[in-house]
Amino acid sequence: MSRSRKLFITDKLMRLLLMGAASTSVLVVCLIFLFLFKEAGPFVLNPGIGKLLDSQWIPVSFQEEHFGLGPLLSGSALVTALAMLVTVPISVLVAIYIAEIARPDEREFLKPFIEILASIPSVVLGFFGLLVVAPLIKTAFGLSTGLTALTGALLLSLMAIPTIISLSEDALVSVPYSLKNASLALGASHLQTIFLVTLPAALPGIVAAVMLGIGRVIGETMAVLMVTGNSAILTFSPLASVRTMTATIAAEMGEVPFGSVHYQALFWIGLILLVITFALNIVAQRVLKKYGMMK
Amino acid sequence: MNNTTDKLILLSMRLITYAIVLVIGYILFDIIRNGASALNWQFVSAFPRRSGASGGIFPAIVGTLYLVVGTIAVSLPLGIGGAIYLSEYADQGRFNTMIRLAIITLAGVPSIVFGLFGLGLFVLFCGFGSSILAGSLTLACMVLPTIIVASEESLRAVPKGFRDASLALGATKWEMIRTNILPYSMSGMITGAILGIGRAAGETAPILLTVAAFYLPRLPKSVFDQVMALPYHLYILATQHPEAERIRHMQYGTALILLLLVLGLSLGAILIRTHFRKKFRW
Repeated sequence: MSRSRKLFITDKLMRLLLMGAASTSVLVVCLIFLFLFKEAGPFVLNPGIGKLLDSQWIPVSFQEEHFGLGPLLSGSALVTALAMLVTVPISVLVAIYIAEIARPDEREFLKPFIEILASIPSVVLGFFGLLVVAPLIKTAFGLSTGLTALTGALLLSLMAIPTIISLSEDALVSVPYSLKNASLALGASHLQTIFLVTLPAALPGIVAAVMLGIGRVIGETMAVLMVTGNSAILTFSPLASVRTMTATIAAEMGEVPFGSVHYQALFWIGLILLVITFALNIVAQRVLKKYGMMK
Repeated sequence: MNNTTDKLILLSMRLITYAIVLVIGYILFDIIRNGASALNWQFVSAFPRRSGASGGIFPAIVGTLYLVVGTIAVSLPLGIGGAIYLSEYADQGRFNTMIRLAIITLAGVPSIVFGLFGLGLFVLFCGFGSSILAGSLTLACMVLPTIIVASEESLRAVPKGFRDASLALGATKWEMIRTNILPYSMSGMITGAILGIGRAAGETAPILLTVAAFYLPRLPKSVFDQVMALPYHLYILATQHPEAERIRHMQYGTALILLLLVLGLSLGAILIRTHFRKKFRW
């Protein structure tokens, strides 16, 4: 075989190989959906999907098991909402500070330092929450235990802050200079320009950042498992102990017989989590794309 | 808006920013101060005793290293290969859009869902059982998007002229990639790989369901064995251990080792990136 022929064949072969590697992501996504459906599926026939609408989650019982997802959904929703209430204003203000106000050397310090927060493993943050934040909450509100929805929310907000800051800052920086300059030229102050021109112009990017942050918070497992107290009750009090969807899977999967109804119910929770994060992701990307903020 | 309010608003934004910096600083300080007192040679080199209440955490360190090596062995070739395809071959067709959508989706899947997926596919369906193999494959799926995104970015940073020059001299596309693209984008790929390792090393939820054993005071013999792992060890010691209140030093020590491992990796990635950025400048 001639040298050029050999080169030609290697070239075609590599192309196929690389294409195969690129397709793995698609394959993995399909397999995730497939296997979650496969394991969760039999629940629909027995005991029937209506059981998920029960108002209680008591998966192990001598009388009758209850697989109502309500308390878990409300737990996740409460913790996520509280976390975002804390995170969004802080993150947006910090992003504005870093993008528009900080001096260049200050920015060079702030950006990587805040990034550190994103790389701290969630189990370490959970541990810190258990030993430092929970006792603080306990004394501050005079409770019998510091393991509450609020404690979980504070830790989750620590996790979402770097994500939302970094994405919001990208959005702020991508606002064209001509807009800012026009505003300044009309006599607006630096702050007026930031809040009345730059921020509105960057809003779609910030909205997308918040959505991705919600996705991260709702799917976070270890920290909430360690500090929210894990009682599966329907409540909207920030100072009550709650149990999230993620924590339920992590805490109970180790003890269920594979293939049991309880096992299938846990896969249902996983499936719901997957669908929620998938939807948030897609909508966020749509928003970014529509406003030309895609990197 | 007058000048005084302007100044007040600016000041409050600065205060919030530095409050966050302080909180991060305090977290690091707390773990390092309390963890340092637990650290000694025995702690990192000995096997645990009394369900981890005393002794060391050697098997957990080794277990985490095994998992990380397994994860990278699977995800690095796939991730880099995928990135090369996306940056050098793919056009704006439907296939390309589909791959990008898949990467974005994967990046957003919660880690516990990866755990469920690994349990369903690798542990049960493939019959690997709770094992290093199942855990590594699960973690590999999870870090794949991190590696692809970082690698693709570094491939795109190579100037177009490098490609044109090589093709003009008659090189095939693969020759062009091998000789004119890969050498210059290696640093970015290594950075991506290290970031992926950091993420894999710190994750707890996926290994909870696919590999981790709590108390296994011996080293694994094959890829089909269970292992202990640092994050899981910390979780159990802190929340499930009957003596949890009395062994805080063991918990802090484990947390510090895990933190050092993960932050060390991130720092390494940053250093490599700056080193190569200085080296290749065009």
